[in-house]
Amino acid sequence: MIPELGHFALALAVVLAGSQAVLPLWGAERRDPALMASAPPLAIGQFLALALAFGALVWSSVVSDFSVLNVAENSQSLKPLLYKITGAWGDHEGSILLWCLILAICGAAVGIFGGALPAALRARVIGVLGATSAGFVLFSLTVSNPFVRLWPAPMEGRGMNPLLEDPGLAFHPPILYAGYVGFAIPFAFALAALIEGRVDAAWGRWVRPWALAAWAFLTGGIALGSWWSYYVLGWGGYWFWDPVENASLLPWLAGTALLHSAIVVEKREALKIWTVLLAIGTFSLSLCGTFLVRSGILNSVHAFANDPARGVFILVLLALVIGTALGLFAWRAPRLMPTGVFAPLSREGALVVNNILLCAIAAVVFTGTTYPLFAQLLAGAQISVGAPFFNATVLPLAIPLFAAMVVGPMLSWKRAQLAPALLRLWWVALAALLVGLISAWGWAALPALGFAGAAWLVLGAFAPIVERARLFRLPLGASWVRLSGVPLAAWGGVIAHAGLGLTTAGLSGMALAEHRIVAVHPGETVAVGGYDWTLLGLRDAPGPNYTARLAEIRVARDGRTVAILTPGRRSYPLQRTTTTETAIRTNLARDLYAVLGEEHDGTAVLRLHVNPLAPWIWLGALVMALGGGLSLADRRLRIGAPLRRGAAARAASA
Amino acid sequence: MKRKHRRLAILLACGLGLGSAAALTLLAFRDNLVFFVTPSDLAGRAKPGETLRLGGLVEKGSVVREVVDGQPGVRFRVSDGRASVEVSFIGVLPDLFREGQGVVTLGTLAPDGHFIAAEVLAKHDETYMPKEVVEALKKSGHWQPADGPAPPAATWNTLNVTKNGG
Repeated sequence: MIPELGHFALALAVVLAGSQAVLPLWGAERRDPALMASAPPLAIGQFLALALAFGALVWSSVVSDFSVLNVAENSQSLKPLLYKITGAWGDHEGSILLWCLILAICGAAVGIFGGALPAALRARVIGVLGATSAGFVLFSLTVSNPFVRLWPAPMEGRGMNPLLEDPGLAFHPPILYAGYVGFAIPFAFALAALIEGRVDAAWGRWVRPWALAAWAFLTGGIALGSWWSYYVLGWGGYWFWDPVENASLLPWLAGTALLHSAIVVEKREALKIWTVLLAIGTFSLSLCGTFLVRSGILNSVHAFANDPARGVFILVLLALVIGTALGLFAWRAPRLMPTGVFAPLSREGALVVNNILLCAIAAVVFTGTTYPLFAQLLAGAQISVGAPFFNATVLPLAIPLFAAMVVGPMLSWKRAQLAPALLRLWWVALAALLVGLISAWGWAALPALGFAGAAWLVLGAFAPIVERARLFRLPLGASWVRLSGVPLAAWGGVIAHAGLGLTTAGLSGMALAEHRIVAVHPGETVAVGGYDWTLLGLRDAPGPNYTARLAEIRVARDGRTVAILTPGRRSYPLQRTTTTETAIRTNLARDLYAVLGEEHDGTAVLRLHVNPLAPWIWLGALVMALGGGLSLADRRLRIGAPLRRGAAARAASA
Repeated sequence: MKRKHRRLAILLACGLGLGSAAALTLLAFRDNLVFFVTPSDLAGRAKPGETLRLGGLVEKGSVVREVVDGQPGVRFRVSDGRASVEVSFIGVLPDLFREGQGVVTLGTLAPDGHFIAAEVLAKHDETYMPKEVVEALKKSGHWQPADGPAPPAATWNTLNVTKNGG
């Protein structure tokens, strides 16, 4: 009964999404207030219907209703409750439903919080969201239905992929999807602006918070995924340059560029056409990220079972959404007249450089990710592109980006001079140089460059604030007064830039990681990374739906015990698979990381790592997301966007 | 600065950014493209030192474990039905590594003709086979996925090649 209810709610959502696409757009065209006013209730209705459908799926999973095919294939009765709930979005059908639900939440959010928008713009934004939503909910209902029944119902389900039974992965998809799908709102704003033929400062101000929220979620989602791969997959690294990882990085890069170019639209009414194109591009990359990877076209750990009907549906849907958007862009973009002018050397100019570099990095990553696909289609050659390619291409582009990230905020709008800005950064450059020299003295050149870059970014991020408060040039009290006047949005930017610095420090630290693979008898000691690792013993440990083998390892430094690590291997009889349970002990400055391999002839294979600064990678990403959140909390955004006329008047007087 | 100059400056910056991205890509492609080979391909192109991905099935009964300088090592043969090649690897095998199942290894060819793997990838469960291995099996004419599961590797050298049409 409950699954049928869910099925019905899903069908209802298709109808609501369809009307959400047609009525408001039609109403905005005819200037019919009643039709335009139907947008928010329809969006909220679609959200409620999808929430009901999603709730029904989670319910079926929680009560282990194996007559539902999706639950029977991906769940089992012995699974802990948390994973019964999160397992609902661990498979293809469930994750698509979650994706649709989040898109509906976006529509409802614009309906609820978009009260200050002009009625026609709001109707168009919600209409575009509805049209996108209708396609994907229809996809879920027809070829990826999570509520298909199975008869006769089996006594026991086939169980979930044990790798996914992890709290980190439980929250990774919703957060990542919130990021991916969140960019649907800037996309809808872009299309609405193209339909209206008008982009101005107010538009920039309306778009930016949504883009910022999506960006913060995407940052968190990527970091969570990378952290999961670090501590669950047990291969000692954090980023594999796997197609699916790249697929999440691409919208992040484009979205970061979008955030920055939207600032220029908001402050200076320049770069309008470019910003609209970026908004379309970011969401298109999000769509490709979710669906191309999931459709199994790109070979990846995340690819689900490949069904030709699904692949074709997805490709047609992607072509429709992206093609329509780009077609509309080609047709209407010439109407968006540029107004703000600026010298190449200015804050705007620096943001243009930022955009060029971010897009260049995105282009390089895109080429590397899709090249094997095209090589196979066109030349029949099987080629893979791995980490060396990406390191060799992304690093040289990241260096000028890092330089611009610090210098840019020191430049003034419209027209600036480079020399004074550079002079005011002398202390940052000096500190970065010192850090670089000190680390070059002890270690290799590349990590030293990384540490110098990290110091440059973290200190440089605070330079505009220091400048603004005239710290050390005015009395401390006067500086404090000036400091408290700095708006939260400015702090957000500073903190996000500093977060990237922390991540850079973590990445550089990981370049100094040491590891060794050893086969040892119990009682034997090996030295890795300045620590003595002793295998104390091995034992069995039963679990709810698996059996485990645990190793006990004492890690000591200079004879003093630092940590006892217990890495393990679990074997899941139902799925007939084995997983490794990595043991990690961190003190923020370094991670001790141990993996238990196979055992034979009385020896156990251990992989032991010492990873300096590893946690900083994810900490930095968290700080970046936090910076985004802080910027969102700014009073100017919270109060709601100003009316268009007011903004235009201010822009004219500026 | 005139409007024309300004536009020129921005265009130049764009060209510089995209140009350097393209140059970097081409440069990196020259050194870092990794070709996928099957054991039969490997017999033909013996160029030691080049990084390759070798894929096929792990031959039944060919896995030998050994300890090299206190590090755990393993030797096994990877086969595509027509040819097989000895692979040596030092490290922890992935959880899903099994005899008779698909495997993809990344490494280089040693002068003596065996393959030194730096990485061994075996993904997914027992019903899954890496895409490249499927291609290798299809190429050698031993398996059509539509006809059912892959034949066990041990029986390959006696399999009738024409049976599945190739």
